[in-house]
Amino acid sequence: MAIQKRSMLLNVGPSHPAMHGVIRLIMELEGEKIKGVDVEIGYLHRAFEKMCETVMYNQCFPYTDRLNYVSPLINNVGFAMTVEKLLGIDIPERSKYIRVIMSEISRVTDHLTCLGASAMELGAMSVFLYMIKAREYLYELVEEITGARLTISYVRIGGVKADLTPGFADRAFQKIAEVRKVLIEGDELLTRNRIFFDRMKGIGIISQEEAISYGITGPFLRSTGIAYDVRKANPYLIYDRLDFEVPTGTTGDNLDRYFVRMAEMEQSLRMIEQCLQQIPDGPINGELTGDIIPAAQMVDRAKMGQTEGLMEDEVALDPTLQGSTKKYYKGINADQKSVVLPPKESTYSNIEGLMNHFKLVMYGHGIKPPVGEAYFPVEGANGELGFYIVSDGREHPWRVRVHPPCFPIMSALPKLLVGSVMADLVPTFGSVNMIAGELDR
Amino acid sequence: MTPLEQVQQQFAKDIIETHAFRGDETAVIRPGVLLNVAKFLKETPELGFNFLMDLTAVDYLFFAGGRISKEYRFEVVYHLYSLKHNHRIRIKVPLTEENPEVDSLDKLWASANWYEREVWDMYGVKFKGHPNLKRILMYEEFKGHALRKDYPFNKRQPLIGPQN
Repeated sequence: MAIQKRSMLLNVGPSHPAMHGVIRLIMELEGEKIKGVDVEIGYLHRAFEKMCETVMYNQCFPYTDRLNYVSPLINNVGFAMTVEKLLGIDIPERSKYIRVIMSEISRVTDHLTCLGASAMELGAMSVFLYMIKAREYLYELVEEITGARLTISYVRIGGVKADLTPGFADRAFQKIAEVRKVLIEGDELLTRNRIFFDRMKGIGIISQEEAISYGITGPFLRSTGIAYDVRKANPYLIYDRLDFEVPTGTTGDNLDRYFVRMAEMEQSLRMIEQCLQQIPDGPINGELTGDIIPAAQMVDRAKMGQTEGLMEDEVALDPTLQGSTKKYYKGINADQKSVVLPPKESTYSNIEGLMNHFKLVMYGHGIKPPVGEAYFPVEGANGELGFYIVSDGREHPWRVRVHPPCFPIMSALPKLLVGSVMADLVPTFGSVNMIAGELDR
Repeated sequence: MTPLEQVQQQFAKDIIETHAFRGDETAVIRPGVLLNVAKFLKETPELGFNFLMDLTAVDYLFFAGGRISKEYRFEVVYHLYSLKHNHRIRIKVPLTEENPEVDSLDKLWASANWYEREVWDMYGVKFKGHPNLKRILMYEEFKGHALRKDYPFNKRQPLIGPQN
């Protein structure tokens, strides 16, 4: 009797416990071997690009938080840098350093999540817990500065929302030391682990030519041996002043991607340390000599014309507005009245400040870049994160396009998977570090 | 010579406009020559644009900031990057509303495959010679193209649930 052989179709996802996000893989299997893969994306499409066209420039930041939700600060920075390029403005040194510090913290949290989750999927549960513990230390720093852990909306066009808190550097050094300990632990548990090693080595290989053809960037490209990093190739902010290396792999398999990410975290921690040492002091404005008075009282005094000495007074603000007082203002915001909101003391105590505030927040007013277009790439955790913005000279962007780094990697997924066995799907997919938020937008 | 100048020299009569706003070198070319320009950019050793970094489109319907010409509605935008020379260029192809169609770059760069599917999905621009031109982010039953300017942002057409 002749045995009939036929392949089996297996649906993985869109909601599957071993998948990092909502994505559907339609796999053609022959026994254990993968014969073909069809990748279906779009389950988390929230019309990011369409919605950005309906709001003002600063209102896009909450949307960008939700792109790569594991490292939202990098998205914020990328969007702000593109609009600043469109406007042609520069920002103060201190806020450049703050942006770099926050970007690098985010990069470490992203890599920790990626590696921890991939290790967990291969059975190394404790590594996942350790790495999430380390991520928690960094989230505490993020929370201290931005007031939120995930949807931070911290960066503003022309600066950042708030200055670093007093004593931040000391706490950051402590946390970095803690994270380093966890990285060593993780390294000991994984790098010489036979099971982990065998599952990762030689799996999901992509060649240099293929990676370039697919437009892959970031740790994924670097694992093939190409040292392309936007921070080195087109340095933005103050990356040209920092001493760091671009780790690369040799074969472009899962194990190389693991090594590249581990090495990158160390480089990022080094960068944060250098930034904290180099950052120029704030507050630039020095101490105000007046009293600290509540906002309502300041407004009342200004309305009644009791303005004597009011310029020297400091306002006591709600915690959500922390950092927008005159004391911290100049160090972190560009000197551009048409772009940056005035310090809260000005808004509350004089008509010029109030007008300035309204001119930036009222419907029909706001930041108005000149007619034109700009593309600006930053190094996201997964690769080159580029924003392309077209302005028609009005307060809404005409077009906001984000180049999501994991989109090209996902398009190469069939290439990575076909020919290997079903069990290899888990480590390969883990090393892609798909973030559905930025993939589907 | 910058990459833009080389393209200008080679394709002088097919270039509609060039600019370098904020340092981004841009060439607007006629749709017919896209494949030749792309091949030239990729295969000339002094240019060596081996990355198709991004491919997207813009709808200029009701655009307030002035347009190249009223006859064109869409622009397909290509961002190229050269790893060897570390330079970038932007190529734009204007398309009319009646015939939004341009050659596919799938044969030159594998990354074009998904990007072109996305542009088709969002703008309804067709790519000649694309092997698998179907929707990517939206579902097959979706009517219209969501990022066109005449598609209202609050329009709903879910497969299940409330309709408007």
